[in-house]
Amino acid sequence: MIGRRLIGAIPVLFGISFIVFLLMHLAPGDPVFLLLGENATPADVARVRHEWGLDEPLAVQYWQFISRAMTGDFGRSLKFGEPVTKLVFERLPATIELAGLSLVVAILISIPIGVYSAIKRDTLVDHAGTGLALVGVSLPNFWLGIMLIYFLGGRWNLLPVAGRIEYGMEIHAITGLYLLDSLLGGNFAAFWSAAKHLVMPALTLGTALAAIVTRITRSSVLEVMRQDYVMTARAKGLSERAVVWRHILRNALITVVTILGLQLGALLNGSVITETVFSYPGIGDLLIQSIAARDYRLTQVLILFFGIIYFAVNLLVDVVYTFIDPRIKL
Amino acid sequence: MRRFRYFKVFAGGVILVGLVVCGVAAPLLAPFDPQEQRLEARLQPPAWSGVHWLGTDNLGRDILSRIIYGSRISLLVGATTVILAGVVGCFLGAIAGYFGRGIDEIVGKVTEIFLAFPFLLLAIALMAFLGQGIVNIILALMMSRWVQYCRVVRGEVLSLKERDFVTAAKALGGKDFYILLRHVAPNTLPSVTVVATFAMAIVIISEASLSFLGLGVPAYIPTWGSMLSEGRSYMSRAPWLTIFPGLAIFITVFGINLLGDGLRDLFDPKLQRQ
Repeated sequence: MIGRRLIGAIPVLFGISFIVFLLMHLAPGDPVFLLLGENATPADVARVRHEWGLDEPLAVQYWQFISRAMTGDFGRSLKFGEPVTKLVFERLPATIELAGLSLVVAILISIPIGVYSAIKRDTLVDHAGTGLALVGVSLPNFWLGIMLIYFLGGRWNLLPVAGRIEYGMEIHAITGLYLLDSLLGGNFAAFWSAAKHLVMPALTLGTALAAIVTRITRSSVLEVMRQDYVMTARAKGLSERAVVWRHILRNALITVVTILGLQLGALLNGSVITETVFSYPGIGDLLIQSIAARDYRLTQVLILFFGIIYFAVNLLVDVVYTFIDPRIKL
Repeated sequence: MRRFRYFKVFAGGVILVGLVVCGVAAPLLAPFDPQEQRLEARLQPPAWSGVHWLGTDNLGRDILSRIIYGSRISLLVGATTVILAGVVGCFLGAIAGYFGRGIDEIVGKVTEIFLAFPFLLLAIALMAFLGQGIVNIILALMMSRWVQYCRVVRGEVLSLKERDFVTAAKALGGKDFYILLRHVAPNTLPSVTVVATFAMAIVIISEASLSFLGLGVPAYIPTWGSMLSEGRSYMSRAPWLTIFPGLAIFITVFGINLLGDGLRDLFDPKLQRQ
């Protein structure tokens, strides 16, 4: 069954790459003119068109695109002048660090609220919890980020408002994750600085996710509470605490933990906005910079990268789910 | 409990109606022309008893008037996208669910490909290549949003087509498209309404996000997202430039989500039984 699912993924991967490939051809007018400006000479246009392979038939262009994708060689970025793949992998650890910490923030907020809301269903606590989740879902995260910058960064001057670490501070790169690298190198000043820089972006990104996960946790716990085995546990005289901890939570959290993986899309969506608001040098920020500079090739690669990561994680979660819950069949 | 659901629908509905009134009657409600620049009155703070209730921006434009006019874009983009995505998604979902086999396989694969992109990222990608503009933003958001309708409608149709009334209609000689349109489609309306309501909230936030990133509508049209983006440069001197447009987005999206929540609770038979 898993094999069938993996084989089924192949056409989807081709589809993703085809859509990303087509993006370049969506641009109104000739992308080369957009790239070089209206005053470009015909010789320049012909040279760039040839360099980019735009003088080839569409099918050949797609084949070249796929071949480049397979080997990871996408050429150089126009804006940065460096290989596109190198740029993406340089920025990736920053986004992973931010996404990881946001996930922690989201779990710490959402699971206690979701579980408590469900257990105290239809009480004031429940309404407050679900109301809070509704507020979280409705908050535009760029606005939340700006407000945090205004209050925590500007008015009260508690936290730095931009970047990943204090200017001039050096970290010996091992993994690219500043928190981890500074700890491994025993550089606690750098660790403190990196942690302070992460607080506001992680809160901004984590809040949106927390709101979604609170709702999922609540409904998952409610679903489990309706099961016969919970009634049996109560009927045999177990204390309420044992019923909740041993029977309800254990089963409900399986779903929640699995669904957390599927929320990666929310994190990727949010990372673009959050990184832009905080000038945080991750791949989301790189995407917006590449769009602003009309660096089409870099934009294309980043979108492909986001698409494949998201799809691969979803697939992985699906597969893991079948191991955790044998009732599910792919 | 049921009363609480009605309250959610009512409160959300009031906010949505408020948005519609603001958008439609903007010229009557706005105290100033949203584009009118009065440099002698630039960066004035909010004053409830003064001329500019919510203050003015760096070019002396009235914030309240710009927020009122900004609702037009949110409404236009939100409603048009939700309707267009709904038509495409419902049609594909209905034929995939009803006819099954090859059509279902193809629609399923296309859906899976579109679902492989995080929603906002796909819209960002499309806008990056299509360029700014209201039509482009609607197109980009529609292409990223039709999938949700498609999945819900397909699921509903799959179960509806096995029901007795469909078998009866077939026995009476009804043609497939007639049955689909006359008997099956109306039964999917409650679910589609819920999906559309939540989609409206997501689309409004996404339009604001795209405008904030400079990928939305052209800069001369006032939108809540672009107001926020422009206001960022004056954060320390004039925080009201970012606070009020953000509040407008939040209240609108909160209201629509409340309505969606209430409608879902009302339409969900499982919850009704309890």
